[in-house]
Order: sequence, then C-alpha cells, then structure tokens
Amino acid sequence: MNQPFHASVRHQPDWATIDLHGEINVTADQQLQAAYTEAESQSPSTIVLNFSDVSYINSTGIALIVGLMARARKAHRRLAVYGLSDHYVEIFQITRLSDFMQIYSDEASAVSQ
Amino acid sequence: MENNETIMTRIRQSLQRHPNGQASQAVAQPAPQLPMVQTLDLDIAPNDPLTAYLVSVAGVVEVERLNLDSPALKRLKENEVKLIVPLVSQGELIGLLNLGSRRSEQDYSTDDHRLLNTLATQAAPALRVAQLVQQQQVEARQRERIEQELRVARVIQETLLPKEVPSLPGWRMAAYWQPARAVSGDFYDFIVFPDGKLGIVEADVTDKGVPAALVMATSRTILRTVAEQYVFPGQVLEQANNLLCPTMPPNMFVTCLYALLDPASGLVRYANAGHTIPYQRTPGGMLELRARGMPLGLMPEMDYEEKETTLALGDNVVIYSDGMVEAHNPQGEMFGFKHLREMLNIPGCGDELIQCLLADLKDFTGPGWEQEDDVTFVTLERLLPSSVPYTLDVGEARDEGWETIAEFSIPSQLGNETQAMEEVAACVQSLGLSETRMERLKTAVAEATMNGMEHGNHYQPDKPVLIVVDVSASQLRIEVTDYGGGKELPEAETPDLEAKLEGLQSPRGWGLFLIKNLVDEMRVHTDAVHHTLEIIFYLNGDQL
Repeated sequence: MNQPFHASVRHQPDWATIDLHGEINVTADQQLQAAYTEAESQSPSTIVLNFSDVSYINSTGIALIVGLMARARKAHRRLAVYGLSDHYVEIFQITRLSDFMQIYSDEASAVSQ
Repeated sequence: MENNETIMTRIRQSLQRHPNGQASQAVAQPAPQLPMVQTLDLDIAPNDPLTAYLVSVAGVVEVERLNLDSPALKRLKENEVKLIVPLVSQGELIGLLNLGSRRSEQDYSTDDHRLLNTLATQAAPALRVAQLVQQQQVEARQRERIEQELRVARVIQETLLPKEVPSLPGWRMAAYWQPARAVSGDFYDFIVFPDGKLGIVEADVTDKGVPAALVMATSRTILRTVAEQYVFPGQVLEQANNLLCPTMPPNMFVTCLYALLDPASGLVRYANAGHTIPYQRTPGGMLELRARGMPLGLMPEMDYEEKETTLALGDNVVIYSDGMVEAHNPQGEMFGFKHLREMLNIPGCGDELIQCLLADLKDFTGPGWEQEDDVTFVTLERLLPSSVPYTLDVGEARDEGWETIAEFSIPSQLGNETQAMEEVAACVQSLGLSETRMERLKTAVAEATMNGMEHGNHYQPDKPVLIVVDVSASQLRIEVTDYGGGKELPEAETPDLEAKLEGLQSPRGWGLFLIKNLVDEMRVHTDAVHHTLEIIFYLNGDQL
C-alpha cells in the first residue's frame, strides 16, 4: 500500500533535477540525501526538486526537505520545486517553505529564472 | 596498731582484674603524705603456680616461707614484700594485698595475721563489686557507642532507600520499611528509566541486623547497576546473581523480586529470586505472580524465569517480604499467607492498605510484640481514570447529536498513518467535503496518527492508536487516541523555519502545527492513561 520512495538525478549544464517518486517520510531520508549529494556533485547553481510523482509527504518528509534547504543555503545554491499538488503547495505555504524555495508548475519555468 | 594505716592505704589501692583473667595489681600513685606506701605493678600470669597456691590457701601468706618456681613470687621477694594477702572472691583471685616489713622491724604478730585475714574476707567481695561496677560502666559506654553507631548506620541505610515513591500519572505507589532491629536486610528500590518504564526491586537478605545490612548495601548497588544495563527482569536477576555470588558471605543469600512496569500499558514483566510471591488483585480474584528462581548469591549461572502480567485499570499488586507472614502471635501461630491474602481482598490500596495491614498485624501479634523480622511492602495500583475520554460502544451516540460512523485501531508501526488516513477518507466519502478539505482532513488525520504512534505510543506495536469518527448535523469529528496520557502536552508552537535552516532548531516539529492550520478546530484531552487529539471539520466549511 505504501509506495516506497526513490529518487533519481538528471544533470543539466546549469542545473540538476532530482526526480522524486513515492512517499516522502522518514524512510526516504538516506536516498534523498544521497540524491542531493549526487545532484550537487557537478556544482550546479540551481537544484530542482520534481514532486510530480510524489503521492504523500508527511511532517517528517517536510523536515527532510528543510534539511535539503539548509544544505542549499549553506552552499549558496538556488533550490526550486515543481510538480506539487495544490494540497502540498498549501502545505509549503503554511510551513513557509515557499518563502525560501520558489514553486513552479513545471521544470521549464523552474529553470528559466 | 602501727601498721593499720599502711594496710588500709593499700586496700585503697586500685586492684584491677585484667580482662584476660590475670589477677593484677595496678597500684595507684601513693598520696605524698603516706611515704610508707610503695607501688608495685605486678601481673601474675594465670599459669603462674602462685595463682593456684594463693587461691588454695585463702589466707595470709609469708613470702619468705614460700618456695615456688614462680616469676611473680620472685618479683615479690625482690621488692621486699613480707606478707601477701590474697583477695579471693568466689574462688577467683581478684587481687593481692602486699605488705612490706613492719616499721618496728618486728615480725607480724598472730593478731596482725588475724586482722589481715578478716580484712581480706571483707575486702574481697567489696572489691569484686567495685570491679563489676567498673566493668559495667565500661560495657555501658561500649554499648552506648555501638548504639550510636547503629543509629548512624540506620540513617545511612535510609539514604539507600528511595526518598519518595515515584509519582506516575495514572498510578499510585506506596512503600513501607520497618527493620526488626536498628538496621535491616530488607530493602526496596525504584529505578526510573528514560523510556518511562519503572523498575521495582524488593529484596530480603537472610538474617537481620548489621550483617544483613552490609550485604543489603552491596546487593542494592549491584541490582541498580545491572538493571540499568539489562532490560529483561530475568536477565537482571541472572547478572546480579553472578556478581553477588563471589562476594556473598557463607550461609547468606538474598531473595529478590524485580519487576519492570510499563506505566502506559500496565504491562509488568517480572522475575523472582526466591522472594515471597506478590499478589495481584483483580476484579476476577487474587492472582499469584509466580516465577521460578533461586535466591541470589547461592550459586552462579542460574536461570530466572520471566513472566508478565498486565494491570487493568483498578488492579493492584502487593509485593511484601516474609516479615509479616512469618510473624507469630503469643500462641505461637504464624500470621501466614492465607491471612495476608484475605486482608488484601479488603478495598483500598497504597498507604491506606499498608496501614490496614499493619493494624491487622498488631491485632494478631498482640501488645508488646517484639518484631521478629524486617517488614517491607511495596504496592502499586493502576488508578481508574476519573474521566474516560470515550467509550468503545460502536454506533452509540456519545454526545448529543453525535453519531459514530467509524471506529478502528491502527498498530503503532512506521508508515501506518497512511492507513488511518485512507480509512478515515473512505468513511467520510459520502459527507461531500470538497477535494481541498478532504486533502486537509487526510493530512491532519495522518499527522495526528503519526503523533500518537510516535510520541504517545513510542512505536510499540502492542499499543495501537484508536480512531473514532463521529458526525453531527454540522460537524465531523475525528478523535485520535494514544497511550501518552498523564503528561504535560506541548503547545503547538509555530516552528521557526529560519532557525531550522540555520541548524538552531530541529528540522522536525511540524505535526501539530500543520494540523492546527488545516482543520477548523483542534482540541486535546488527556487523562491518566490516554491522550486524545480531537479534530473538527465543519461540514458546511466550504461555504464559510
């Protein structure tokens, strides 16, 4: 019933995209961190998180995303997201994650800034 | 008579009996105005032939006439002692009166001898009495010192017992400890663990008084140390036994009950090293909490059976040492286990119950009973909650206008919150919530369930989260209940995202904050055992 989490990374000349799949909860921690490390391996100025295939994010998942935001902030890297459902856009607004991380409807707009 | 003064003075000299049985003559310093009095320190060994001789003659002896191979006699002669008057009391030589030459340098007359004999006969018992009085004074001082030491020992021993019984919400504990003598071989202990569980020790060292108290101090330390290293009571006793065996004095051992209580669920795991069998009072009757095991300190490498029981609300457990059950009345009858069991059936618990038991013991033993053995009790009772947050009767309207439409439990396992979320979503499908509100409801239910599984139940699979879904004409109510009752509830604070990003605050702590922001109303209720989070959604919320 629970959809196991996995993440894959696509490197572009100016950015890297992490495609997230499944549920983001405590079990996603290691894979998410590893994917982020992989994404920043070529020192992109922007890392994009793709939530299009994410079915569920719980508060622990929010905490993991906050962790990624802290890493990006430290390295002065821009973090952008797209593919969030309306509900999770609301969650990102309630938690103010959206103040620190721009939310786009698709990848093209996320990287065109 | 010219010598009387000398003789009387010598009588005044302190003749002491040595503790080793030697008759000795410890002579006080002569008064300056009595120059004729000389002092002679003379210890006569018990095997000196002079001792036997003096006891046998019981009269004045002329030193010159004696011919014995005696070091004491040799010294008497060297000091120019002419006459010795043995002071014999009840066949024991308790002192000597030694006389030198008469001032007139004439021999002692028959009258002198008679006077000296009379004097000896009267002086000996008087001296004996004086010696006994002196001995008693010494003994009294020693006793006083020992009593003082015991008083200090008692104070020290009391510091080894818990200062107070633990105060656990939803539970009432009590303890009682009364040594038969100044100090005790009985002891009890409470060990509070970081996960909220409580270790309960009651132990009884063989015998009583000081030897038992010394073994008690070691045993308590070992049990405490081991209990912090091992979780399971059987293991704790096994390790404590292995550590106690090499140091246990011969013919001594320790009986011990160790129980581990989980206050949240009422589960008690226990093991017993030959201690008396605790009783659990339940509505269905008295249970004996038996578990096999040898007393500690007898033989290493022993196994201790571990059992468990669960205290339902209102149940209590009494742990006791044998001091009460083995107390005798003036007719020589023993108080006994049956009597104790009958007493435990009376209502009441905690200190109240203990006082009741003690009063009964007093009635049984009668006045002037000299306590035979140490008496110790530990009681624990799982309190009936004053308010139960809900009943589990399916379908019953529990409040005016409320109807329960679903009720289920979710095992506390990682990830199970999505199960709760889907079940609630399925059962409210027909209520016509908008998609947005439905999503909010789902997240709120998932977060509430996760909170319960994690903070309330610590992900213990045997402790489920209970979910009740109610509807009224205008509202939807979801109650999520866990076993985290009896604690102060943290406020749903606004997490500080900046601080989190700077690493100054944990990245977590979003759950309650999210719920509060997604629902129309959020309330929490707590009782001694449960913690309930109540979520309200207005059914016409979309039009508001």
